[in-house]
Amino acid sequence: MPSRDKIFARIRHNLGRGPLDEAAAGALKARIEGHAPHTIPTRTDISRDKQIDLFQEKAEALAATVARVPSLAEVPEAVRDYLAAHNLPTRIKMSPDTALDGLPFDKTPMLEVSRGAASPEDEVSLTPAFTGIAETGTLCMASGPETPSTLNFLPENHVVVIRKSQITGTLEDSWAQLRAKFGAGNLPRTVNFISGPSRTGDIEQTLIMGAHGPRRLHILIVDDEK
Amino acid sequence: MQVTSRHFKKGAHEALHDENIQSAFSRVKSGFPLARARAAGELPEFEGLRDEARDLKNHILQNLDYYLEYFEDQVLLQGGRVHWCSSYTEARDVVLAICKEANAKTVTKGKSMITEEMALNDHLEKNGIEPIETDLGEYIIQLAHEYPSHIIAPALHKTKEQVTELFHENHGKYGLTERITDPQALVNEARQVLRDKYVAADVGITGANFLIAETGSTVIVTNEGNGDLTQSLPKTHIAVSSIEKVVPTLEDASLFLRLLARSATGQEMSVYTTFSTGPRRMEDIDGPANFHVVLVDSGRSDLLGTDKQDLLRCLKCGACMNHCPVYQAVGGHTYGWVYPGPIGAALNPHMIGLEEARDLPNASTFCGRCEEVCPVRIPLPKIMRHWREQAFETQVTPKPERWGIGIWAFFAKRPTLYRLMTRISARSLKGMAGKKGVIRKLPLLTGWSSVRDFPAPEGRTFMEQWKKQSQEGK
Repeated sequence: MPSRDKIFARIRHNLGRGPLDEAAAGALKARIEGHAPHTIPTRTDISRDKQIDLFQEKAEALAATVARVPSLAEVPEAVRDYLAAHNLPTRIKMSPDTALDGLPFDKTPMLEVSRGAASPEDEVSLTPAFTGIAETGTLCMASGPETPSTLNFLPENHVVVIRKSQITGTLEDSWAQLRAKFGAGNLPRTVNFISGPSRTGDIEQTLIMGAHGPRRLHILIVDDEK
Repeated sequence: MQVTSRHFKKGAHEALHDENIQSAFSRVKSGFPLARARAAGELPEFEGLRDEARDLKNHILQNLDYYLEYFEDQVLLQGGRVHWCSSYTEARDVVLAICKEANAKTVTKGKSMITEEMALNDHLEKNGIEPIETDLGEYIIQLAHEYPSHIIAPALHKTKEQVTELFHENHGKYGLTERITDPQALVNEARQVLRDKYVAADVGITGANFLIAETGSTVIVTNEGNGDLTQSLPKTHIAVSSIEKVVPTLEDASLFLRLLARSATGQEMSVYTTFSTGPRRMEDIDGPANFHVVLVDSGRSDLLGTDKQDLLRCLKCGACMNHCPVYQAVGGHTYGWVYPGPIGAALNPHMIGLEEARDLPNASTFCGRCEEVCPVRIPLPKIMRHWREQAFETQVTPKPERWGIGIWAFFAKRPTLYRLMTRISARSLKGMAGKKGVIRKLPLLTGWSSVRDFPAPEGRTFMEQWKKQSQEGK
């Protein structure tokens, strides 16, 4: 008997039944398609402004840094200032995402921007986020031709641009937005939830930043809710 | 791996006299439990979520066949492949075959307990493929040719000095000859060495914390980002998972995610939680071209419908061992197989046989802290008690112990006689103790009294005092 059959036979035998009948299977299918949430923490039942503040506060507690930027047009200068303040390289690999197309990098000639997936020699990446989750200060990143996920991991420094309107309360809000964009039951190849920069506690339980992923995570919140 | 659970007592004795083990595992006491308590305290819904998580896992287990089939359908629909493996042997061969198909010379690996169970690395090495563990703790113990002593902090038992020596011995070939001691510098060096490995690897192997039936996704949860580099840079991604990891929907996964990191390390979310669905899409410019899910049963389905089914709820967070006074004293390796601590004491007898793991369910004071902190409320002490009973009934327990328990049972079943005997013992023990109130050396129990005094009974038994009090109360 093939292993698949063996495993299913054992499961059903030990549960004391055969395959589920049509009614029972239908109920489980409806349960999946209904994807009802469980109890959702109430900490994000607050005003929009407070949600944004909570997102920032939580992200900073995770050792990310956050800056507020009045508009997309000011993103290049914000990136330049961040890199200068930390004495970081000025060569940037940016996602080929249309959302970042209009950024006026002509204002910051010292920044050398190229676009594409990450290569091992890239030291700074600049990417958009799919959503932000105020509950835990988490970024949600959805992969795609315009948003290669290697940019989230390979460079040592990761700068993320997120619009205020993309920041919502809970994890469940991100599922709703992913379903709206990709269709129910579908996800892009990679969905990353990122909560702060990379770290490890594997040497004598001492917290060290920058284990394999980015050592620094900088989040630019662009105000589009004025 | 070599199973050494039958030497638990000897191992425990040695561990108690090993300074490195004592200092490493005493750090567990102050670190993880405090962080967990803080994180749980900051989420008012935490206890309620634990109930929901327990009930949801039970629902999944009752319908495991349905959700697994649904998951399989979705993986196929997204262009991935699913391999069903009844045993470790089969799972090792399946992974090897995929690696050979990919002409793999090296494979990088994210942290995975199921591949520890399968002893996958040995198998790949024997067949000419070099596996490289990329989680820092796993990397350290791979260099040391050891196995994890904690399920989420595998190199917990290693000192900084030992890591220094391991890196010095192994990194010379990369031109890194300086002996470094600073933890940050050690992490940087591992980062540098492993970076090239990610890029060079032909196959990336990860485990899975969850499988999502709704979308056919596998989910990994890490803090380092190693799992993501492992699965996004090579051409082929293999996710190896045991069958009980399936959950119906993304919302169901959210429930477990709110409990997992809080219970494990006291984080609200681990740094990276990644959902992988199928291979890279037609237009994608990165990601693996091939996606395989290897589903392993190896004893899981045999737990269904038994008095130990609750073990299948385990999220592998490690909270039970973080809070266990026995684990903190004897360390992880003493348990002698992949899973240490209370979950190992309750699960290993099933996985490696009660005869081999007989001592593990006894390595507990039944203080109950493991059950108190388990995010899915697995009744670990109860399951350990079941194993003790089973060991007695099937005569796995050695004769002197069986006789002792038999004699006790004889009296315990005869209340009048039992009370008489306890009255006699209480009085004679009091007599033995004299004025000091303690007994230095207990007959027949010298092992116990060799390191501590036995406080003498008051002279009258509980039942006598109870009776007296009830009469006076009237």
